[in-house]
Amino acid sequence: MTQKRVTQHPVLEVPQGEEVPFTWNGKELNGRTGEMISSALFANDIQIFGHHHKDESPQGMYCANGQCSQCLVIVDGLPVKSCMTPLSRGMTIQSVEGLPEVPPEDTPQTVDAPEEIQTEVLIIGGGPAGLSAAIELGRLGIDTLLLDDKDRLGGKLVLQTHKFFGSVKDSWAGTRGFEIGHILEDQLKELDSVQVKLNTTAVGVFSDGIIGAVQDNRYMKIRPNKLLVATGAREKMLAFPGNTLPGVYGAGAFQTLVNRDLIKASDRVLIVGGGNVGIIAGYHAIQAGIEVACVIEGLSEVGGYKVHADKLERLGVPILTNHTVVSANGTDRVKSVTIAMRDENWKAVPGTEQTFKVDTVLIAVGLSKVDEFFLKAKEWGMDVYAAGDAQEIAEASAAMFTGKIEGVKIAKALGKYDNDIPEEWTQKAAILKSRPGKASQRPAPTGETGVMPVFHCFQEIPCNPCTSVCKEGIIHTENDTITGLPHVTDPSLCKGCMNCVAICPGLAVTLVDFRKNPDFPIVTLPYEIDRERVEKGNTIILTDVDGKQIAQAPVKALITKKKFPGTLLVQVQLSKVIAMKAVGIRVQEHLFPAEDVPDTSALPDQAMICRCERVTAGKIRQAIRDGVRDMNQLKAISRSGMGACGSKTCRPLVWGIFREEGIDLKETTDRIDRPLFVEVPFGTLAGTKGGK
Amino acid sequence: MTKRYDAIIVGAGSAGVPTAMALGELGVKTLVIDSHPSPGQGENKHAIGGIRATHSDPGKIILGMRSLEIFSTWQETHGDDIEWLKGGYLFPVYRQEEEAILKSFLPTQKEFGLNIDYVPPQRVMEIAPGIAKEGLMGGTFSPEDGSASPLLAINAFYRKALATNNVEFRFKERVTAIAREKGRITGVITDQGAYSAPVVVDAAGPFSRELGKLANVDVPVFPDCHEGAITEPVKPFFEAMVVDLRSAPGSKNYYFYQSRHGQIVFCITPDPPILGTDTRETSVFLPQVAKRMVELMPRLKNIRVRRVWRGLYPMTPDGSPILGWNSDLQGLIHATGMCGQGFMLGPGVGEIVARMITHQSTANDNRVLDEYTLYREFGGEEGLQ
Repeated sequence: MTQKRVTQHPVLEVPQGEEVPFTWNGKELNGRTGEMISSALFANDIQIFGHHHKDESPQGMYCANGQCSQCLVIVDGLPVKSCMTPLSRGMTIQSVEGLPEVPPEDTPQTVDAPEEIQTEVLIIGGGPAGLSAAIELGRLGIDTLLLDDKDRLGGKLVLQTHKFFGSVKDSWAGTRGFEIGHILEDQLKELDSVQVKLNTTAVGVFSDGIIGAVQDNRYMKIRPNKLLVATGAREKMLAFPGNTLPGVYGAGAFQTLVNRDLIKASDRVLIVGGGNVGIIAGYHAIQAGIEVACVIEGLSEVGGYKVHADKLERLGVPILTNHTVVSANGTDRVKSVTIAMRDENWKAVPGTEQTFKVDTVLIAVGLSKVDEFFLKAKEWGMDVYAAGDAQEIAEASAAMFTGKIEGVKIAKALGKYDNDIPEEWTQKAAILKSRPGKASQRPAPTGETGVMPVFHCFQEIPCNPCTSVCKEGIIHTENDTITGLPHVTDPSLCKGCMNCVAICPGLAVTLVDFRKNPDFPIVTLPYEIDRERVEKGNTIILTDVDGKQIAQAPVKALITKKKFPGTLLVQVQLSKVIAMKAVGIRVQEHLFPAEDVPDTSALPDQAMICRCERVTAGKIRQAIRDGVRDMNQLKAISRSGMGACGSKTCRPLVWGIFREEGIDLKETTDRIDRPLFVEVPFGTLAGTKGGK
Repeated sequence: MTKRYDAIIVGAGSAGVPTAMALGELGVKTLVIDSHPSPGQGENKHAIGGIRATHSDPGKIILGMRSLEIFSTWQETHGDDIEWLKGGYLFPVYRQEEEAILKSFLPTQKEFGLNIDYVPPQRVMEIAPGIAKEGLMGGTFSPEDGSASPLLAINAFYRKALATNNVEFRFKERVTAIAREKGRITGVITDQGAYSAPVVVDAAGPFSRELGKLANVDVPVFPDCHEGAITEPVKPFFEAMVVDLRSAPGSKNYYFYQSRHGQIVFCITPDPPILGTDTRETSVFLPQVAKRMVELMPRLKNIRVRRVWRGLYPMTPDGSPILGWNSDLQGLIHATGMCGQGFMLGPGVGEIVARMITHQSTANDNRVLDEYTLYREFGGEEGLQ
């Protein structure tokens, strides 16, 4: 069987890990050494990892981030999180059917007290914020320990194959996210006072000022003077029938599988949520050769950057606003998904249902801060700081700024930095966090001579790589602000170098060259998808900015700029009537209606709210109607939030039901959070020697 | 005009809620006041759920036997599942010291007809598979004891109390004064209102001393702090509450069981005790208790600990409850100082208090009340804390 792997990618290098055998429920399979077990299973088209002990519901991937325990499998007799455990040769892997058995290993154990570590500054999380803070602290020679639970630094930067927005000077705009991660990591390597511990999971913060952490089954107690929480964000879930079927998971989890591990996690997805995360996930899917049935958005407009949305629509992916998901359908994994228009109460409008044949539904309805460490440390009275998404959900470029700012704040608090925090940083962080402006209409440039870039860029967002890459210095934004729309000051100076076409993160710049043939100019378009499709001589479908087909034309030439290897520049010759409008190359031409209409009679109350303990919306709603207002009591009677993830997923959903029931959240009592935030084996806590 | 009740209970916890239920069933118009937002949000939810009748003092044996009866028959009588598990209590013995203590309790326990015996090592290993074999001398086992979910049980009692239509609960309300007239209690005043009743029940657990001060009564309840925790669920492999009475540096006994959900729930007694009302979790507990548990039962090492919490034991100087009328202030009843056993003794306590208020106390009740009067000599220390 061919494995479900991404074998060619326009941007990412396809890793060539050593193939190793393992068994899955007795069947011999192959995976790549070092890849996460969950990825090895997905590569073998295994998405059902077990069945829940309460209702035998199929269990599979959910967060892909070590936060929940949905992906448990039994490895050599012991349950482990498959998304955090690397595959090695000869592993015996089994699905978890019901409750896992405890192996009767009764050899007496020698135990040892945990290692105790003192550090001036502890940073939890090595993503854009944590790395940026560590660099500032390292430059000031401050003793800093940085923990990250993954096997490499970069956090979610690792998953970002697209070019970043923001400014070139301050946040590497135009550079791809994963490359930015490498840049930061290289900077950090130079700094002696920063120690990095990878594969190290912070598991709790205690009232005696200690952070508990686990590395390789060893427990350590870390006492920092200052704590910086840069733990990022987690994905919000949505309540609908079928929402815990294997194949329904977060867009971020999907990016982990596809972009980090190069797994072809799906053949076709539908994405719920038109923010940047959902739209970018759609783009990443197509880059990996995965079809996207559509992106649906509940609001009347997409929340993400218009350039991101345009980019996806041009590829042929419909974005349906004012739509909601009715149900994910299938018995043991997703077979189709039903969506519908929504009314003003956010309920599906009967008669507007559409069902798409997909195997995966990606949820991208927003992020919530991973702030349990911050809140608890604050409650304990520790000197704690937060940066990046743990402080406020925003783009990674903003996280780099808040990381720098908080890093310097900590240095100031330690008396190691006397100056003020540069005001420019605060301003830039604010700009990078800002919501996109209103989309405006603006006429295409006129003039049918010479050569000039055309900007299909209609919405004010913090982004300016095109201005800094222009050798002639003729590209400027409105008033030279980072959020201004770009324009060319003097088209006659353009030499047609195509740098602006190649760098634009939104793929929203084309170059129209009238010099050889004023009636049929050469148009250069940026392209980042499957390269076979655009080989020289192939006929391609060209679209306008909104994805409407405007022409078909053969590819005349292909160019790659050395500095921007991921973006292919495709040249076609078009009539001058449409040359200024052409910007996209359509790669996906079909809709994917399901062949048979599934049973979608499941009621919204069958949606799963607490996936760990299998508590439905109906059960929560009944308790609320019975008068429960204290989430701690709700937990006591329903077990919602009592599972492995500790209410990370269900809490916002429970709030949603309170709201649906017309209860003011001020009348409710929030649940009390306690350590541990990640489960830790007894043996690890006890310090068993060589124990697993 | 203040609202009138027959009785007011201060504290909707392990003692207060069953008392309200018992009073409601006897037709006594009762108000329960608690500063928390819902029942059992004080110390009840910190209990790990052990229930036994096999205590060492007659008073607790009587209370425990009746409580056990209520817990163990709750589902068949009332329908709601409180996760009762008749798993027994096992006290494994590795030293003569513990053997002597445990054996010394057997005569009293047997006198009350309790099913408890000293069992040989082989039997201990059957009850607790994987328990350390080295040095195991045997242990006591009482198969009728067990466990239930404090969370579910208190909510079941709460619903039952409400269903009598005689009980009202006022949550998020704090008692600020106790109204008195000529040496008699007349009601309570809270941060939100005033309520009158001829009887007030102090079921305030660790905060009884503070409540007492409002009435110029000294209630010797001094809370100390214990931490507990729970693991992920695993396939059930033992049912008993395992209590290791031995001391080690930093701790006294510790105990654990596997709940009906398959989760291991456990707790340790710090040594020296940590006095006070601090319920913030510390980094000390988990490595300390994990070490002892893994030494006792190595196969636990692979089970993941999920969550930890810290709660208060409302301790009295002799480790036994304070139960009965206050003789200085007429109308005040103490049902407090359960010393960490409020959950398992609560239903029995509730019935005794209800009979006191309705003048129906039995001879057995009086025996318990004599033993746990506020006016006893707080000299000795209970053997099987």
